[in-house]
Amino acid sequence: MNHHIKEKIAEYIFLAVALSSVLAVVLISVFIFAGGMPAIKEIGITDFVFGTKWKPTAAAPYYGVAPMIVGSLLITLGAVAIGVPMGIFSAVFLSDFCPDRLHRIINPAVNLLAGIPSVIYGFFGIVIIVPFVRNVFGGNGNSILAASILLGIMILPTIVSVSQAALRAVPSAYYEGALALGATKEQAVFKVVLPAAKSGVLAGVILGIGRSIGETMAVQMVAGNQPRITFDMTKGIRTMTTNIVLEMAEAADLHRSALIATGALLFLFILIINSMFFVLKRRMNSEH
Amino acid sequence: MNKFEINNLDLHYGDFHALKNINMQIKPNTVTAFIGPSGCGKSTFLRTLNRMNDLVEGCRITGEILMDGKNIYENTDVNMLRKDVGMVFQKPNPFPMSVYNNIAYGPRTHGITKKAQLDEIVEKSLRDAAIWDEVKDRLHKSALGLSGGQQQRLCIARALAVKPQVLLMDEPTSALDPISTAKVEDLVLELKRDYTIVMVTHNMQQAMRASDETAFFLLGEMVEKASTERLFSAPQDKRCEDYITGRFG
Repeated sequence: MNHHIKEKIAEYIFLAVALSSVLAVVLISVFIFAGGMPAIKEIGITDFVFGTKWKPTAAAPYYGVAPMIVGSLLITLGAVAIGVPMGIFSAVFLSDFCPDRLHRIINPAVNLLAGIPSVIYGFFGIVIIVPFVRNVFGGNGNSILAASILLGIMILPTIVSVSQAALRAVPSAYYEGALALGATKEQAVFKVVLPAAKSGVLAGVILGIGRSIGETMAVQMVAGNQPRITFDMTKGIRTMTTNIVLEMAEAADLHRSALIATGALLFLFILIINSMFFVLKRRMNSEH
Repeated sequence: MNKFEINNLDLHYGDFHALKNINMQIKPNTVTAFIGPSGCGKSTFLRTLNRMNDLVEGCRITGEILMDGKNIYENTDVNMLRKDVGMVFQKPNPFPMSVYNNIAYGPRTHGITKKAQLDEIVEKSLRDAAIWDEVKDRLHKSALGLSGGQQQRLCIARALAVKPQVLLMDEPTSALDPISTAKVEDLVLELKRDYTIVMVTHNMQQAMRASDETAFFLLGEMVEKASTERLFSAPQDKRCEDYITGRFG
């Protein structure tokens, strides 16, 4: 009997440990939505989400986060435009064209990219990318474009590793079937293997988007951080994440609550992106 | 003139001598069956005819394979060779795309882009593979939704769509039920009017039903080849006789 009880206790301890991450998610959600609610109520959801002016410290303050939403979306879009083609081509190369010996060098190098702290990326951005944008495209260099390039590099490892796994999961029978019809290797890979892996590749892209929209430190160091709506890629802009990190230290009352509400909005974006990822992953698993 | 003439063919996988001095002629518009126990080299040999063994690392081939008198291992565009020598695999392997796109994949690869022309090829190929009636209402649905037997005939249609001269079939019915198997065999008899067919089979009844010539392989050697009737009624080699009378294998 004693033995039985011990086993039960152990089981509950393991369950509690497993539940702690669920609990963390729930607590974070509750905190962030509860913390942001008062601001959204006071400002009004329309004025908050669609308001184009962010002047929290003015005599007549404005709390519109539309510029930051636009900023996050623009920079992410730019990062996707740069990182996704590079990532997919890298994954195709690594899974289908790369000689084994080279693979042993490139693959760990790509994975290492994922382990570099974002502040280091930020330094790299300040030293290399910002001057590059300034010299080539004009402006002062701290810009949407600089942030996009930097994030494009930062999301590479995610896209490459997830896409590569998806490509490797495609049955070789598809590849052989295409070759047997007289297709060249490139035709077989790009017209049969890659389409067969599309859910997985898309899952990688979405994970990359999630990473990109949530990135803070590196973006803050190169994006200029002006809370304005602009579509000029050489101009600076502010994202939802940087808005929070820039002002949180000095914010109080409604201003503070409005920043938490910005976090809630960001969280909502991330939730949507993650659920898309899980749907795609499930679809990918049922395909093969 | 022979469709294929194979002279002194040896094949090594690394240190393993997988095919030993194979000599064979294959006549056009015939069905040739390769039989023999697992691992005897019959599939390997089949795959030398469209150079699919090129994909295997460490595979070395000596000797010559002449197709219409021309050595396919010298100065040959391997993609054109595989267009001329189509292949159907043991396990049906339709691409994860629509029925239509499966068939159109080959022609598109070889530069046909006009829709009317593709439509025509798709229909003709599916008709020739005796599967048109079963799929004509679902051309734009995924090919993976078809039954195994339908998938295999779809793969035959896909191979036909690039207008090959030869069709290689690697145990095309081993994954199919008896009714689907019968359909594929009927199809083989139908297709030999227009194509030269070489098939590997584990099933000796299938070789007897479907083929004109049969070759028996053992341990990398081609032991005996003769007309199917002769080979099964009066095998010359003792090993061949033992195999077809079921004493081993």
